[in-house]
Amino acid sequence: MDQSRIRNFSIIAHIDHGKSTLADRLLERTGAISERDMRAQLLDEMDLERERGITIKANAVRIDYAAQSGAVFELNLIDTPGHVDFSYEVSRSLEACEGALLLVDASQGVEAQTLANAYLAIESGLEIIPVVNKIDLPAAEPERVASELANILGGSPDEVIAVSAKSGIGIDELLEAIVDRLPPPDGDPDAPLRGLVFDSYYDTYRGVVSLVRVVDGRLAEGDAIRFMATSEDLEADEIGVRRPMIEPTGSLRAGEAGYLITGVKDIDLIRVGDTVTHVDRPASEPLAGYEEPKPMVFSGLFPTDGDDFERLREALDKLRLNDSSLVFEAETSRALGFGFRCGFLGLLHMEIVRERLEREYDLDLVATAPSVEYVARRTDGTEMIVHSPQDLPDAAELASIEEPYVKVMIITPSEYIGTVMELVQAKRGEMGDMTYLSPERVELHYTVPLSEIVFDFFDQLKSRTRGYASLDYEPLDYRASDLVRVDILLNSQPVDAFSTIVHKEKAYTYGRAMVKRLRELIPRQMFDVPVQAAVGSRIISRETIKARRKDVTAKCYGGDITRKRKLLERQKEGKKRMKMVGSVEVPQEAFVAALTIGDE
Amino acid sequence: MSDPGHLGLQPDDPALVEHARTWRSAYVHIPFCRRRCPYCDFAIVDESQREVSQTERYVDAVVAEIGLVEQSMVLDAVNFGGGTPTRVSVAGLARIVESLSDRFGLADEAEISLEGNPEDLDEDVLASLVGAGFNRLSLGVQSLDDDVLERLGRVHTASDAEAVVVAAREAGFRSVSVDLIFGHPSESDESWRRTVERTLAMEPDHVSTYALTVEAGTALAREIATGAPEPDDDVQASRYELFCDAASDAGIVRYEVSNHAAHGHHCRYNLGTWANADYLGFGMAAHDHVDGERSRNVQRLDHYLDLVAQGVRPRAATESLSSHDEERDGLMLGLRLAAGVPLEGLAAVFAASPIGVALLDAGVLSVDGGQLRADPMRSDLAIREALSVSDPDC
Ligand SMILES: Nc1nc2c(ncn2[C@@H]2O[C@H](COP(=O)(O)OP(=O)(O)O)[C@@H](O)[C@H]2O)c(=O)[nH]1
Ligand code: SF4
Ligand SMILES: [Mg+2]
Repeated sequence: MDQSRIRNFSIIAHIDHGKSTLADRLLERTGAISERDMRAQLLDEMDLERERGITIKANAVRIDYAAQSGAVFELNLIDTPGHVDFSYEVSRSLEACEGALLLVDASQGVEAQTLANAYLAIESGLEIIPVVNKIDLPAAEPERVASELANILGGSPDEVIAVSAKSGIGIDELLEAIVDRLPPPDGDPDAPLRGLVFDSYYDTYRGVVSLVRVVDGRLAEGDAIRFMATSEDLEADEIGVRRPMIEPTGSLRAGEAGYLITGVKDIDLIRVGDTVTHVDRPASEPLAGYEEPKPMVFSGLFPTDGDDFERLREALDKLRLNDSSLVFEAETSRALGFGFRCGFLGLLHMEIVRERLEREYDLDLVATAPSVEYVARRTDGTEMIVHSPQDLPDAAELASIEEPYVKVMIITPSEYIGTVMELVQAKRGEMGDMTYLSPERVELHYTVPLSEIVFDFFDQLKSRTRGYASLDYEPLDYRASDLVRVDILLNSQPVDAFSTIVHKEKAYTYGRAMVKRLRELIPRQMFDVPVQAAVGSRIISRETIKARRKDVTAKCYGGDITRKRKLLERQKEGKKRMKMVGSVEVPQEAFVAALTIGDE
Repeated sequence: MSDPGHLGLQPDDPALVEHARTWRSAYVHIPFCRRRCPYCDFAIVDESQREVSQTERYVDAVVAEIGLVEQSMVLDAVNFGGGTPTRVSVAGLARIVESLSDRFGLADEAEISLEGNPEDLDEDVLASLVGAGFNRLSLGVQSLDDDVLERLGRVHTASDAEAVVVAAREAGFRSVSVDLIFGHPSESDESWRRTVERTLAMEPDHVSTYALTVEAGTALAREIATGAPEPDDDVQASRYELFCDAASDAGIVRYEVSNHAAHGHHCRYNLGTWANADYLGFGMAAHDHVDGERSRNVQRLDHYLDLVAQGVRPRAATESLSSHDEERDGLMLGLRLAAGVPLEGLAAVFAASPIGVALLDAGVLSVDGGQLRADPMRSDLAIREALSVSDPDC
């Protein structure tokens, strides 16, 4: 296809504003998929993506579009995840595009990820078409939202296209705008090959499948290719596009996006962000790549049944094939036995990984409360990275601790400004600037320690603003803080998996809340169980889980021994999901209790 | 007085349990009740929901079912439970006793027992029951606090119940048991203390104590789901202890979690069941344990009547037990007995297992005189662990 007839674009949006639905509609309107074969959210392939209604992995589909002028265009739609945890994937996908549709729900208005994504697109030099969606809703305010969009992008509200992805209103106009307003790619078809690997995933049958955007030159099957960052030389086994079903095309030309299969099984050989070129006519400079995202949140994952440790390792290895942002290393806990310390991009990523491990690999896991990465400086001048609170050196050896801070952007109706400020202050945040998007909605900037965000910030923000505020954040820097480790003792024995690093001023409140919460969560045992919180050797709080006095039901009705036996066996089976910590049975929820204690 | 059922032994004596294992009993389920009590999920027919009582047809069916049994054994005990056996005419009950006697034979001075509610019993009925051969009455007193009785949905009063106890004695019942339910949220410590006092003042031969439990699907469960207070485990544990202490001062000893008897007055059918002895079961939803099998009859009255009419034993399910299973069940049941189980075989393996040792440490289990015993208020805990230790798959 002539480069001037190619359009590569992404849809970027805050979660739930209708990105997947719009993609479905574009596929349907252009005949890429018949109405009969249409299943909702076609590009969301994982079970989890469909169930949770979120896109986790990027995806690329080719659509042929016959424009009103009669010319036929090749549209490459690059779907991107919509959650803050995966924003690095968004920026990656944007590198493969010349344009973006910035989609906003007409009943909600601009949200934090709308803005964050818009800034990413602007930084990448993309042409942006603002779109308001869901105009079919009675609560839609397309004019107000269009003017918010125009404010941000610096254009006129008239440039905003109004659609309903659900009912199909405005889709024709949008398709025309895509070919009229977005620029074609401008690579050199005759220059040495340069293709950007913007995603990779692992397919059990075909090995590593990479998504590639060819910038210069031409990539064809059988070519001897080189990945410039890893200097890995391979052969291009199969090249094609998705429509959305896989369709081999034999080659990809400058400006086109598609997939590449090399037969390689080891995902580490083909890094996302790398540039592919030819072995015999290599490009002199790689394309600007991007940094691998760094995990921000760490948590221990332990099999409830210690015998499952090896199965957990295998499952993590397999998951990593599709998710290079997942990192893990073996960890031993006195309380929980053998497991892995895992690093995640954020809480959603953590939840998704855990859910996939349990579901797809049939594992029963205990997860510990998430923690961030601290830098501890010892009195002897050495420095160590702390991923797990239990690794923090003793107070006597500790000179200082630094913790990661993030830049937080919150968009909220202006009536909640006070509430949001209170919350941010309680979370040790510092106020930055404030911009009115419209008289009713305001964009707030803060600097907050990541550890505070990781806990329950998002839930609290949502509940205090009745769901109206949205949040986005990005890493900023490390700062020294007055932090201590709060340990929890069960039955007078410290339980390493419960240790948490908190700000000194919050240690007492935290310890008290945690001990209370554990008293509620841990069922009564056959003996009294003291639960204590301690900083160093100082006990700061104590509660007792009183021994269970009654565990019997009298009824053995009419001699129904079989039923009674089965009932008791079922009850016992239920208890197997508990973890024995010393001689105390602890339910899985208790290990993430820190997440649910709130601010009281 | 000669009584082959107690051999001069106290109800909690291991030697008595040993003997009880050889007793043979028959259980007859009478599934009729005047109306369903708010806490009850037993297999019953609520007569207030029916136009015609089917009690006479039911008696015919039970008699017919007795005729379908192949095994032969002489019965040491017959027990009518329910439901409310006294919803069936005395003549009907007598016919069932007779057919059991004809079919199997009754041992000398066999225990012939029935459960009954005070409102169904007057001097005449009691006299004819004795005339029909009944010598033990288990009376559904439940509480001696009229407010609590009302909350339990009972139609009798405390003084009605006391009068029936006296009348039953006079009519010639050898053993009269007072059955109590404790721990309803409307019952106070004081109310329970008075119920215990008044109960013991009647000098009953036997007392059964049941902690009120909330069963799914009952009116009580619905009330609680909509905010009514729940029974409290700690409160129930204290009330139970209060009763056990007062009863033992009065010479009434606990021989099973819920059963307490004066010397010579343990319920033989009951003790036999807990000793893992064989017993036959007749009637809708009845259970039995015979020759290494546990069986359960169908739970619906129409199915029961149909099957028996076709000459088929109305089984819903049968479980056959290996000798290991029997030993496991013996342990499970024995841990509810005050006598406990001999510390040998599976019981010894359990006591020596890590969890067994932890339970001994915590006082949930104890060993004394070569017997392994469980704390009665925590016997389910002990049994759950015993079952998992004795599971051959583990
Ligand atoms: N009424 C209405 N609902 C829509 C429209 N577009 C999407 N939705 C609904 O909004 C929800 C989120 O859509 P989805 O496409 O999953 O959003 P994504 O998270 O951005 O991919 C779904 O329930 C859609 O059915 C629209 O134009 N009108
Ligand atoms: S009388 Fe007994 S069996 Fe009948 S409904 Fe009441 S509690 Fe249940
Ligand atoms: Mg989506």
